Amino acid sequence: MKERNAISILDYGSGNIRSAQRALERVGLEVEVTSDFERAWESSGLVVPGVGAFGSCMNQLRAVRGDEVIRARFKSDRPILGICVGMQVLFAGSEESNEEGLAILPNKVNKLAAPILPHIGWNEVTEIAQLRILKGINAERFYFVHSYAAREVTGDAKSAISNYGEDFIAAVELGPISAVQFHPEKSGDVGLQLLKNWAEVL
Amino acid sequence: MSLATRIIPCLDVANGRVVKGIKFIDLKDAGDPVEMAAIYASEGADEITFLDITASAEGRGTTLDVLRRTAEQVFIPLTVGGGISSAEDVNQLLRAGADKISINTAAIRNPELISEIVDRFGTQVLVLSVDARRARTKSGFEVTTHGGRESAGLDALDWIESATSRGVGEILLNSMDRDGTRSGYDLEMIRRVRDICDTPLIASGGAGDIKDFARALADGADALLAASVFHFGIYRISQIKDALKGAGYVVRESSKLGKN
Repeated sequence: MKERNAISILDYGSGNIRSAQRALERVGLEVEVTSDFERAWESSGLVVPGVGAFGSCMNQLRAVRGDEVIRARFKSDRPILGICVGMQVLFAGSEESNEEGLAILPNKVNKLAAPILPHIGWNEVTEIAQLRILKGINAERFYFVHSYAAREVTGDAKSAISNYGEDFIAAVELGPISAVQFHPEKSGDVGLQLLKNWAEVL
Repeated sequence: MSLATRIIPCLDVANGRVVKGIKFIDLKDAGDPVEMAAIYASEGADEITFLDITASAEGRGTTLDVLRRTAEQVFIPLTVGGGISSAEDVNQLLRAGADKISINTAAIRNPELISEIVDRFGTQVLVLSVDARRARTKSGFEVTTHGGRESAGLDALDWIESATSRGVGEILLNSMDRDGTRSGYDLEMIRRVRDICDTPLIASGGAGDIKDFARALADGADALLAASVFHFGIYRISQIKDALKGAGYVVRESSKLGKN
């Protein structure tokens, strides 16, 4: 089958996929929700959502061969957008669970050192290096809901940070991968602009 | 760089219509929750809460439709509360477009429901709504049900401790003594709850004066919910945000994108 000019949202049983679907459609993308390996592989962009616990997300991801499709797309330079726990699974692991992550990003995810958790609400995101998805978006706020995050990302990845109790990685890009700890689909116009930016790299 | 205080307007919805009295500028249809949610979102609401006060099954279906239509055009978090009594109810609401659901009476009747929802959907979807009032209990505050008309026979602080130990994402603390009075949030209640819990705390009930909002934050609230001050057009969201900013709190201001 020829490459379709449409994106897929990987449906592996994690969370509210609908809001991501609606927001991606709003920025002009044709969106298919799928748990099928082939379709997730051949789409021009793959969105990996994720809410809930790291361990159960990893298990559910493996159950639909989501780990394989993410690795395969990464190696073949095919765009991926990870959201929230869908970003965390790209790391080597999480303090939340004994399950291993995909280790595409070498660092680990830790519990945020903040007195009140989860970190819920609109927080500012600051670029360390320029990210494609943050093009034209400066010092804006995005909507976060999480208790865990990566403190750093080493290697070639470009990142943006936010702060809640401590600095943490709010967004990262490495090769075909873009990933965000916040929810662009719930971040109003700013979130839609980020999704539009992602659509432009496809 | 820090987290902004959330301002959350709450809409009471019955059979698909907003039912509290509403005076709102530029509103074509004062009873349409979808239109109201969109206007609040454009005015800077950080989230929207729908309180579903529908009693019938048909009305419930209409609420799901409201949620679907709102989620199609409003890209900020949507919370729904009212009448949720099972994990299946939660599933339906999430599928229709809710990001969070709030439970009250059902959790009191069956605390195991908290664990069930959290295990299936994650803590981030669950807002524990606590309708509390002053009473002769251990802490001086008790939990009520049925909109404050009936005592649940529980001490408010004991209940919050036991419920949060099961893992809830947020607490919506409603003062039933202050609800609708516009005489200010119950600050002592906010302080007492803050002392015993490290879960995000949304203050509700009693907002009237513009200074009330900063007072609640000073006493430990993380987010502020209000209904009548918005619906009656007493304050716009931007006025509250300006007042909070003036008092030294961080708020989310309108995006600098805006021009495309």
